[in-house]
Amino acid sequence: MLERPKRKNPVLRTRLPTLPPGGRSRIALGLTAAAALGRFELQQCRDCGTVQYPPREACQKCLSIRLDWKAQPQEGELLSDTVLHHSNDLFFRERLPWRLGLVKLDCGPTVVAHLHHRVAQPPGKVVVAAKLDRAGQAVLVALPDKEANMAEDRQLREFTCDPKFRKVLVTDGKTGAGQALVKALAAAGADLIWVGHSEPWKKFAGFEELKALPQVTLLPLDVTDSKNVREVAAEIGGKVDILVNNAEYHRAYGISNRSGVDTARAEMDVNYFGLLRLAQEFGPAMRGRGADGLASATAWVNLLSIYALANFPLHGTFSASKAAAHSLAQCLRAEMRPAGVRVINLFPGPLDDEWNQLLPPPKVAPGALANAVVKALREGVEDVYPGDVAQEWLARWRDNPKALEKELST
Amino acid sequence: MSRRSYEGVAVAVPVTVPYVRYSIRSAHWWLARCLADLLKASGLRKDDIDGLSVSSFTLAPDTAIGLTQHLGLSPRWLDHVPFGGASGVVALRRAARAVQAGDADVVACLAADTNHVDSFRLTLANFSQFARDAVYPYGAGGPNASFAFLTSYYMRTYGATREDFGKLCVAQRANALKFEHALFKKPLSMQEYLAARPIADPLRLFDCVMPCAGADGFLVLTEERAKSLKLPYARLLGTIERHNAFASDPVQMRAGWAIDQADLYAQAGVGPQDLDFVQTYDDYPVISLLQLEDLGFCAKGEGPAFIRKHTFTWDGSFPANTSGGQLSVGQAGAAGGSLGMVEALRQLTRQAEGRQVKDATLGLVSGFGMINFDRGLGSGAAILSC
Repeated sequence: MLERPKRKNPVLRTRLPTLPPGGRSRIALGLTAAAALGRFELQQCRDCGTVQYPPREACQKCLSIRLDWKAQPQEGELLSDTVLHHSNDLFFRERLPWRLGLVKLDCGPTVVAHLHHRVAQPPGKVVVAAKLDRAGQAVLVALPDKEANMAEDRQLREFTCDPKFRKVLVTDGKTGAGQALVKALAAAGADLIWVGHSEPWKKFAGFEELKALPQVTLLPLDVTDSKNVREVAAEIGGKVDILVNNAEYHRAYGISNRSGVDTARAEMDVNYFGLLRLAQEFGPAMRGRGADGLASATAWVNLLSIYALANFPLHGTFSASKAAAHSLAQCLRAEMRPAGVRVINLFPGPLDDEWNQLLPPPKVAPGALANAVVKALREGVEDVYPGDVAQEWLARWRDNPKALEKELST
Repeated sequence: MSRRSYEGVAVAVPVTVPYVRYSIRSAHWWLARCLADLLKASGLRKDDIDGLSVSSFTLAPDTAIGLTQHLGLSPRWLDHVPFGGASGVVALRRAARAVQAGDADVVACLAADTNHVDSFRLTLANFSQFARDAVYPYGAGGPNASFAFLTSYYMRTYGATREDFGKLCVAQRANALKFEHALFKKPLSMQEYLAARPIADPLRLFDCVMPCAGADGFLVLTEERAKSLKLPYARLLGTIERHNAFASDPVQMRAGWAIDQADLYAQAGVGPQDLDFVQTYDDYPVISLLQLEDLGFCAKGEGPAFIRKHTFTWDGSFPANTSGGQLSVGQAGAAGGSLGMVEALRQLTRQAEGRQVKDATLGLVSGFGMINFDRGLGSGAAILSC
C-alpha cells in the first residue's frame, strides 16, 4: 500500500525532473497514439493476419506494407524477469531497483515490459497494457490482472497521475460538472482541493455542500482576470499537483443568429484566454515540481469539447473557442513535457446542462464526466472522450474528418 | 551444390592493440594502429594491402570507405562488417573467398572501437531501431537486461546454478592472467564472483563485460604468399554464418549454430571431439553455454553438467577462451568479435606464450552479435588448423 508522503521540508532542494528515454521511430508512435486513448493496439497485417512487435515498416511474415494498429488480446505468459540494479539512464538510475519482464503474448510476439510488483515469479499469466510514461510515450506494462492498481505500485505509479494524496485545483466550483469533479476527486483520496468561484459575493447552488467537504478550500478565482489569476498562483501555485481547468463559457448559435462579437469574445475570454492565463501563471511552478517525490506535480486537465475536433454550427462560436483551446492545450502539453507533467484533454459530447437544453440525449451527466477524469488520472490516459456522442464523433472523425464536417453542416 | 573448400587460404598475423578502459582517441586512431601493427608484424608495405575489411560501431559517421582516405589506402576490395560479435567470423569467411577468387591478394581484417567516458550510453541509446523503440525506454541499458532474462530462463529450465556460470568466469580469469593485454590483472575467486554487486538479477558484476577501447586484426592471404613472407599461418577448414535464426522461439535458448553445425563439421572433416580448444563469444557466460550446446559439445540442457565436468583453463580439460575472453580482457566494442579469432591464430601458430595449449592443431572460433531487441541475431563459427 502506498503511504501518505511526509510533509515537504521547504529548505531541502526539490529534485529536478528527468524523463525516461522518449525517442521513438515514427512507426512506433502508433503504440503511443493508442495508449493516449487508453487502448492496447499492436500492428497487425491486413493480408496475413500476423501480429508483430516491435513495430515494423512491413509484415515480417509476408512483407505486406498494409499494417493496421488493432486492439489485441492482452493476455500473455511471463517467461522471465529481472530486477535492474544498474542503469545508464538518469531517470531509471534515480528509481532503482526496477523490475522488468519478458512476456510472450498469446497473440504472438514476445515483449519487454515494466512489471507490477504483484506479478509472481515466472512462469505465470499476466495482462499486458500500453501506458504513457513520464515522457508521454507508450510503454508496455505487465499486470497481475486487469483490475491491478497501478498507483499502488512504486514503479507503475510513475505512469499514473493518481489523485490520492495529491493537492488539486478545480477552477470553477459553480457548475454541476465542477461540483461533481470536486466530489469525485475527494472520494479518490485527494489531500486538498482548492475550488475556484468567480463571483465570491454570491452564494451558488451547492455552495454549502462543497464547503462541508473537509478537503475543500473555496477561493475567489476568475480566469478572465489576469491579476486575480496571478495572485492565486502566487499563493498556491507551488503546491498544486493537479490542475483541473473546467471554467467554461457556453452559448448556443453560430454566426448569423446574433450580431456583434460580445458573446464570442466572452467565450474566447474564458475558454481560450482563461487557459492561457492559467498556463502562464501556474505552468512554471508545476514544471519545477515534476519530480517532487510521491506527490509531485503530475497533471493538467482541460475541459474541452468534442466540438473542438469539428465545428458544430448550432453552437458555432463555442466550437471555435474550444478548437482554439485545444490548439493551445497541445502547446501546453509540449511545454509541460520536459517536467513529465501530463496534459489531459477531455472531449465530452454535450453536457447535461442548461446550455445544451435543446440537444437530444444522450448527454454527459456531471458525475460521468467527473468519473472519466479520475479514471484518466489513474490510468495514465491523455485524451478522453466521455459519453456516447463523443465516442461516435471520434470514430466518425478518425474515419473521415471531411465526411464529419459535411454531416454536421446539413 | 556442395560447398567449396577454403583450400589455399592462409589466416595469419594476429595483432591486438592494447586495450584501455577509456580513450580520448577516435576509432580511426585504433584502426590505424591496428593496420600499422599488421604491417610491422608481416613485413608488408601499405600498398601491398589490396583488400580491407572493417568492423566498428564508433567509426560513425564514417564507414570503411571513408577510412581508405583517412589512412591513405587504395584497396581493390573493401568490406564493412558492422555486425558486432559476429563480425570476426563474417569478415574472415568473406575475405577468404575474395582471396581464393583472386579479387584481392592480401586482406587486412580490422576490428576496433574507441570508448569515451559517455560513449557506451550513447551507443546503447541508438543501437538499433528496435532497441530505441522497445528496450531502451525500459531502463534496460544495453544487453544486461536481455541476458538477465536469458540467464534466468536457462537456470529455471535446465537447472543451471550461479556456480556453473561462475566456473566459466573464474577459469577465464585464470587464463587472462597469462595474457599481457587483459585489462583484468587480479585473480577472481568463486566467492568474489558470487558476492559481486548485483547488476540485473541474476547477473552480477563479473557476468557482464566491461566496455573499453581497443583493436584486433589479422591478415587473410594465400598460403603461397604467407610462405614467401615466412609468416606462420593457420588454414581455414570450415565456416558457418546465420542471422535471425529461430525467430519464433519465444525466448532465445539457441541460435544459428544449431542449424549449421553439421555443415561446419562436414566441411572441416572433423567432429567436436577432435578440437583442441574453443573460443566462444562471451559477453555473458550464458551465451558461452548456448554455444557449447549448439556447436555439439553437449546436448541442449546438458551445459551445466558439461561445465561441472571440465576446467576450461588453457592447461586443463577443454581449453576455452584461452586469453581470458571478453569477460576478463574487456569488450572493445566490435573488436570483441575478433578477440577469439586472434587468440585462435596465436594458439595455432605457437604465439600464445605462457598459455599455449599443448599440441594444439585444431581450434574453433565462434561469434555472436547484435542484441537488436530481445536476442542476439547473428551467429557464426570457423574451424581453423595449423
